[in-house]
Amino acid sequence: MSILVNKNTRLICQGITGKAGEFHSKNCLEYGTKLVAGVTPGKGGQQALGLPVYDTVIEAVEKHGADATMIFVPAAFTADAILEAADAGLKLIVAITEGVPVLDMVRVHSRLKADYPHARLVGPNCPGVITADECKIGIMPGYIHKRGKVGVMSRSGTLTYEAVWQLTNLGLGQTTCVGLGGDPIVGTSFIDLLTMFQEDPATEAIMMMGEIGGTAEEEAAAFVKANVTKPVAAFIAGRTAPPGKRMGHAGAIISGGKGTADEKIAALKDAGIEVAESPADMGEAVVRAMKRGGR
Amino acid sequence: MKIHEFQGKELFRKAGIAVPAGIAARSPDEAAAAFDQLGAPVAVVKAQIHAGGRGKGTIKDNPQQRGVQLVRSRDEARQVAAALLDRELVTVQTGPDGKKVQRVLVEAGCDIERELYLGIIVDRAAGLPVLMASTEGGVNIEEVAAKTPHLIHMEHFHPSEGLQPFQVGKLCYRLGIKGDSVRSAHKLMRGLCKLFVELDCSIVEVNPLVVTKQGELLALDAKVNFDDNALFRHKDLLELRDLAEEDPAEVRAAAAGLSYVQLEGTIGCLVNGAGLAMSTMDIIKLHGGQPSNFLDVGGGANTEQVTEAFRILLGDKNVKAVLVNIFGGIMRCTTIANAILEAYKQVGFNVPLVVRLEGTEVQEGRNILANSGVNIINAEGLTDAARKVVAAANAA
Repeated sequence: MSILVNKNTRLICQGITGKAGEFHSKNCLEYGTKLVAGVTPGKGGQQALGLPVYDTVIEAVEKHGADATMIFVPAAFTADAILEAADAGLKLIVAITEGVPVLDMVRVHSRLKADYPHARLVGPNCPGVITADECKIGIMPGYIHKRGKVGVMSRSGTLTYEAVWQLTNLGLGQTTCVGLGGDPIVGTSFIDLLTMFQEDPATEAIMMMGEIGGTAEEEAAAFVKANVTKPVAAFIAGRTAPPGKRMGHAGAIISGGKGTADEKIAALKDAGIEVAESPADMGEAVVRAMKRGGR
Repeated sequence: MKIHEFQGKELFRKAGIAVPAGIAARSPDEAAAAFDQLGAPVAVVKAQIHAGGRGKGTIKDNPQQRGVQLVRSRDEARQVAAALLDRELVTVQTGPDGKKVQRVLVEAGCDIERELYLGIIVDRAAGLPVLMASTEGGVNIEEVAAKTPHLIHMEHFHPSEGLQPFQVGKLCYRLGIKGDSVRSAHKLMRGLCKLFVELDCSIVEVNPLVVTKQGELLALDAKVNFDDNALFRHKDLLELRDLAEEDPAEVRAAAAGLSYVQLEGTIGCLVNGAGLAMSTMDIIKLHGGQPSNFLDVGGGANTEQVTEAFRILLGDKNVKAVLVNIFGGIMRCTTIANAILEAYKQVGFNVPLVVRLEGTEVQEGRNILANSGVNIINAEGLTDAARKVVAAANAA
C-alpha cells in the first residue's frame, strides 16, 4: 500500500513538449511510471517520447483513461493548467512549475474547493510524488528511494532527497514521498498527508521536513498531537535565517516575528514529535521515533 | 520587489486613495521649491529609503537628525533636506550601516485627529487576501499583534469580488469610525484592496492611516511590495525598481538566475535547492561557524552560473572558506565538478574549498575533482562537510 499513487496510476504530462517536461517525463517512464499521454495546446497530433500529444486534457483523459497529471507549463499558464486538469476529472494534479503568482494560487485554491472537491493538487513549486518501485511523478532522482514503511513529506526538494538518502542508507525504505512545494499557497498540506499516512496500513512512521515561514508546521504539530498514533520525526530548515529575508522559496520568510524555526520546533516537541537537531540527523530521528513508539 | 513611499503614494493617488499633497526632491533646493509649491504652513520632510522605522531612525554621523522632520519654512525644508540627503539613515530595519538617502518626500502637513493601522497581505492558512486594521496606528504593529491580538481586526476577501461594503461597515464599527468618515473609509479600504489585487502586491501597509480633524481618512504612509513572480504582467511597475536600494551581490546573483542572500559570516555556501541551502547554513552554525550567505544554484545550473556563483562568493572579503554542498538529482555531480574546475581556472580559489557531493553520478564527480590536482577538501556527508569547513575557516 501507499498513498496518492501506485503501480496502477495512469499519468499524463501537461507541457510534455517543453525541455523540462520532456526530460522528466522520460525519467518517469524509465522508473516504470505508467505515463500514457502528453498535452500541449497547439501541438495536438504530434508525438513526444513515443506518446501521443493532445491539445486538451479532456481529450487525453477520454482517450487514455488517465487519473493523474504532472504539470510543467510556464508559470503564467499554470493556474489555467491546474483548473483544466481538475475540470477534466483528474484526481491527482502535481504542479512542478515554480514562480506562479500568489494571487493566481488564491484563485485556483478557492475554485478547487468550490467546484472540484474531487481533485487533489500537490504543489506548485514542488519536486512531486513518488511511491518507491511503483510510480514516480516529478523531478526527484528515483534511485535514492527504497520500498519500505516510512512516509515522507516536505516543503523542499533537495532536502527531501537528503532525508530519503539517509533513510535508505539506514535500511529504512519509504512508502510514499511527497514534496508539498515551497510557495505560500500550495494545494496539499502536511495535515492532508498526515491523515493519509495515518490511514495507510503500510506506513509505520512519518518523516516531515518543514522550513521557516508561515504556520504549517505548528498546525501539523497540533494535528499530530490530536490524531496521529504513528511515530513522527521532523526537521525544520532555516534555524539560522535572519528575519525579513526570503530564503529562496517564496514561502520561506520570517515576517512580523512569526514563522521562526524555534517556534516550530517547540510546537513539534510539544506534540511528542522526534525533532532532528541537525540535517545530518534526519534518518536517525526516524529510527529514534520508531524505537520510542515500540516499532 | 520593494518601492519607495513616494512611489507607493503615487500609485495610491492614481487609484483614487487619499494621500497628502507631496513632492519628491533630490536636492536641498528642490526641497525648498517643493515647500513653496505645496503652499502649506507646515510640511514634513521624509527620508526615502527601502526600510521602515524612519521616523525614529537617525543619521549615522549625526544622531540628532531623525529621518522624518516637521518644517515651517522653505529654508527649514532646505536645511533638513541637506541634513538627510546623501547620508546614511540607520533604522531598526537597516542594520548598523544604514542606507543612503537619495531622495526626500516633502509633504503638506495635516491636522491629525486619530492614527489607525491598515495592512493587506495574503493569509496562507485561509488561502485568501486579508485586510487587517487596528486602532493602534503609528506604533509597532507587530508588538500590538503579539501583546493585544484582539485589537487587530481582520476581514478576508476574494480577489475577484474585493472587499464587500458590509465588511467596511464592520471595520468602521470596530475602529470607531463614524459619521462622514465612513464614506471616506469605504473609498479608501475598498480602493486599497482593489489595488492590492490589480497590482499583484505581496503587502500594502498604511501605518499610520489618519483621520483628520475634518473627518477625512488619509494614507500618511505607504508601504507597497510586489509579488516578484507576477511582475511579468506588470512591466510598468519594473520602472519603479531602485537598484541602488538593493544589495549589489544579490542583484548580480539574480541576473545570473541564482537565489542569493547576503549574510554576515565567514563561510561561503554554494548549494542546490532552497531547503538544503538553509539546512547547510544551519549545520555550519551548529558546528560553530557563521555562514556568509544563502545561495541556491537551482537544479539546472550550468558552468557559467556556477562560475558566477563562485565570483560572488569569493568577492565577499569576509569569506574565509567555501562549502559546496550538492545533492545531485537533476543536477549531475559531474556537471558541478566540471563547473568547479572551470571556476578555478577563471576565478582562482584564494580560500579553502570543501566539497560534498552526493547523488547522481557521484563517483564520477569525485574522480574528476580528485584527478584535477586542484586543492579541494573532500567531505562525506553533511556533518563531515560542516566540521571541515568550520575548521578551515578558523585556521585562516
